[in-house]
Formats: sequence, C-alpha cells, structure tokens
Amino acid sequence: MAEALDQFPITLKHWLMSQASGFLPEWLLVLLSFVLSISPILAVFPLLFALTTVIERKGLGRIQNRIGPNRVGIPLTNIRLAGFGQFIADGIKSLIKEDLVPYAADKVVHFIAPITLLIPVLLTYSVLPFGRNMVPLDLPQTGLLFFFALGASTELSVFMAGWSSRNKYSLLGAMRAIAQMVSYEIPLILSSLTVVMITGTLSLTAIVENQASLHLGFIHGWNLFTPWGFVGFLLFLTAAAAEANRTPFDLPEAESEIIAGYFTEYSGFKFAIFFLAEYLGLFAMCGLGITLFLGGWLPPFKFLDFIPSWCWFLGKLCALIVLFIWLRGTLPRLRTDQLMGFAWKFLLPMTLINLVVAALWHLTGGAVPTTIRWVVGFALLAVPYWLLGRGFEASVGKRVYRYAA
Amino acid sequence: MTLPFAIIAGLTVGSAIAAVSLRNLVHCALSLVLTFAGLAGLYLQLNAEFIGFTQILVYVGAVSILIVFAILFTRSTEPKDEPSTVTPWIGVAVAIGTFLTMAVSILGSPVSRRAAGPMGEVSVKTLGQKLMTDYVLPLEVMALLLTAAMLGAVIIAMREKEAK
Repeated sequence: MAEALDQFPITLKHWLMSQASGFLPEWLLVLLSFVLSISPILAVFPLLFALTTVIERKGLGRIQNRIGPNRVGIPLTNIRLAGFGQFIADGIKSLIKEDLVPYAADKVVHFIAPITLLIPVLLTYSVLPFGRNMVPLDLPQTGLLFFFALGASTELSVFMAGWSSRNKYSLLGAMRAIAQMVSYEIPLILSSLTVVMITGTLSLTAIVENQASLHLGFIHGWNLFTPWGFVGFLLFLTAAAAEANRTPFDLPEAESEIIAGYFTEYSGFKFAIFFLAEYLGLFAMCGLGITLFLGGWLPPFKFLDFIPSWCWFLGKLCALIVLFIWLRGTLPRLRTDQLMGFAWKFLLPMTLINLVVAALWHLTGGAVPTTIRWVVGFALLAVPYWLLGRGFEASVGKRVYRYAA
Repeated sequence: MTLPFAIIAGLTVGSAIAAVSLRNLVHCALSLVLTFAGLAGLYLQLNAEFIGFTQILVYVGAVSILIVFAILFTRSTEPKDEPSTVTPWIGVAVAIGTFLTMAVSILGSPVSRRAAGPMGEVSVKTLGQKLMTDYVLPLEVMALLLTAAMLGAVIIAMREKEAK
C-alpha cells in the first residue's frame, strides 16, 4: 500500500502511456511522455506560488498584528474559505488589467524580458528529484551544473527588464540586482560544492541516494547532520535568499527607495510573470537546498518510510517557504554596502573554511572517532564565525556613518 | 544535417550577424549572448554536456553581464542618428580574407584527415582528474592570471577613492 502510494505518479504515467500507445504514432508517444513529465511541474509549483501569496500575506499580517486577506471566497455565495479565494481574484485582475508600456521603452526587449526570466526558472525544476524515481530529466554527469547554469542566466533577464524600461528606478534596481546576484552566486555555489566533494558526483539523484545511509539504526544520514552540512545549509540558505531577492536582501526591489526596482514599468500580466518567476526561483532554490542538505525525498527517520517520498519533498519545501515568510516579517533590509560586505567578507571566507572542514571530515572518516571529528569540525567553523562576525569588528571602535556623496 | 542542428546553427549565425550589424550597443550585446547560448546548444548536440553548461554559466551568466556593464558605464546607449561615414567594404574584405585563410589552413591540416579516436568514457570526474594531473600547470597559470586581474581591478577601484 505504502509502496503503491509512493510510486503513484509513476504508475499513473505508465498507465496513461499504455492506454495511449494503442492509437498514437511513435513520435507522438515520445511527445506525450514529455508532456506527462512536464505538466505536474507546471501544475504544482504555480499553484503552490498562488497559495504562498495568500499565506504570505496572512502570515505577514499576523506578524504585524493585523488580519490580512480574509474576504474573498467563492463568488455569489457567503463561503469565504478564510480568504483563500484571493489568488484567483488577483490572477483575474492581472489578466484583464491594461498592459502599459512606457512610450520611450525599448518595446522588443521590454516584451522579451519577463519571458526570458521565467523560462530558465521553470527549466531548473527539470533536474530536481521530487520523489523516489521522480526526476523529469536525470543528468547523471551534470545535474547540479545545469541548475546553476540556468540560475545564472536569469541575471541578464533582470538587466533587460531594467534597461529597456528607460526609467532610472528600473535601471537602479537592475544594477542592484545584478551586483547582488553575481556576488551571492559565489557563496551559493561554493556552499553546494561541499556536498559534491563528499558524494563525488554532480547528479542530484545520486546525492539524495547517498544520504540514505542510517545513523544509530534509525536516523537517515542527511548532510545536515554533519558539521560542514549544518553550516553549509545555513550559508546556502542565506545565499539563496539573496539570489531570490528575498528580505533581508530585497534591495533590488526596495519599495521605499526605488518603487519596485527593475519591474517598476511592468503592469498587468507581465508584472504577474515577474512575481511568479521570483517565487518559482525561490522554490527551486529551496528544492535544491532540500536535495543537497535535507535528504531530498528521504524521511528523517527510518520508521517514517511509509509516508510517500514526494510528500516529504513537498513538506520540506513548505516548511522552508514558511521560514522565508517568517524571515521577511522579522528582518529589516540591509544597506548596499552592508550587503556587499556581508557577501565578500563573511559568507565567502566561511564557505571556503567550510570546504576545508568538509575535506577534513571526508579524509578522517573511519580513522578518527566521530565525536572528535564533530568537535574539531565545529571548532574550525565556530572560531572563524565569531572572528568574522564579531571579533574583527570589536577592534574597529566607534561606528562611522558614511553617506552617498 | 539534422533539424535541431540546423535550427541552432541558424540561430547562432543569425544572432552573430545581428551582433555586428545592429545600431544599439545593448541590442548588439544581447544578440551576442544569443550567440553564446547557440554555441552552448552546439556543444550539447555533440554530447559535451559539461562544456555546454559551463558555456552557459560562464558566458551567458557572467561574461554577458561584464559586457553590458562596460557598455553602460562607458557610453550612452542611444544610437546616433547620423549615418555611419565609414564604408564597410574594407571590413568585409578583411573578414572574407581571414575566413578564407582559416578555412584553407583547417581543410589542409592533417588533423581533419586523421581518423577520429575511440570515444572514451568522458565524465566530469576524468575531466577533473586530468585538470589536476596532466594540465595542472596551465590551470595554475590561469588561476594566477585571474587573481592578478582581480587585484588590478581592486587597485584601480581604490585609487579613485584616494584621489577624492
């Protein structure tokens, strides 16, 4: 029963394929197989985005001591659904809104920018393993590289949007976004590199399967449960928040300073596409973090194996989304120089030290008792953390405020 | 010639021509990025997954950003209205000459007549091991060059501050 539920999406696809193989030609069957692999991604994650917008508004409302959206339910009835009809109303609104393009804008680039932002983000989902045997595109040699390559190509779309709008706020937002994304890409990739070093593969499926080993007979060996994995996950999460322009790194679209940043001049459904791409990018980053550090679709304990693997993936994803909403309600926005200083003077050294710790962990495996490896690993990470975060700053003395000239 | 190859090759050549013929510099840069992506597509067609995705990561993700930043910081992107006064024919002649020279030397070289060697199992692992053993000196030299370039950039940025 558990097995059947676990593999339910796979068996459904096989059943549909076998039904269709009777009357469809060979080339159409190949196409159908692609469509059947792609459509769950296109259905699940935009829906998750829609629900997240409501949950985020309600959650932020709770944090700020107000109620949040609670009116929109089913039209023409009194059923309110606690406000969860809101995203449908929002979607219809952005579809029928007038699409304004500035007179001076570069029309072609302005039109292409949201599309070139959304497509790479959607493509990143193709290599994430959502469950046991559930990966749309298994790249045994280059899975992780594929993810990062597509993630990097979104930077240019941000530039296209900011530049083509012919608006100083847009251009400022684009410049901020690019500087931020380029800077935080380095700690992001370096913190994921620890996992590649330990498992010796770039295949995301193999990385998940590598975490299936058992500790103490019942705990799955997630990479999180090691010193380098724990610190690596925190570093990854910080860099991922910056890559996805989430608070406290939302300078590219800081409403109080530059209106909406690079998509100031977008309205209607193009704006909705930017919104969608941003959230899908965040979900993809969370998915990668889950795959690399949180055991992918593996449950934390062996005796929880009866819950389907894809439920674990989605559950972890939802937990991380809630964490990001919580962070957004809690942390204030950084200043640009603080942002850059944090990336280059704190995150980058920490990721480099973490690489060394991961190498030590790998080399001492089996030879040195686990407790000593833990103590040494954590000491090697905690001391630089304190020095970089507090120690060096203490000697600076009185804080000097600098303003833009 | 397969259909995917024809599409990718057409896209690459077309965007390369656009990159040198458009009037707006940013449009040229964006077309050039399309050319980079097309080259990545060609690498993927040749089953060179690693180099194809690295091409996207490095060229589409980083080099293109460098180019557009350089354009934005150094000049106005507004295309000038006056027609260009330089006749393009000298450039065309040089381009054709270069192409012919390269084509003749490539077609005449013994490399093209040599039979293709057996395709080994090329994985990312073997690539890494080769880089760390047989090609470690070029790798280190490149690393030194890049570090020097970065230090140079930092020094240029610092000087500007002192002059204030």
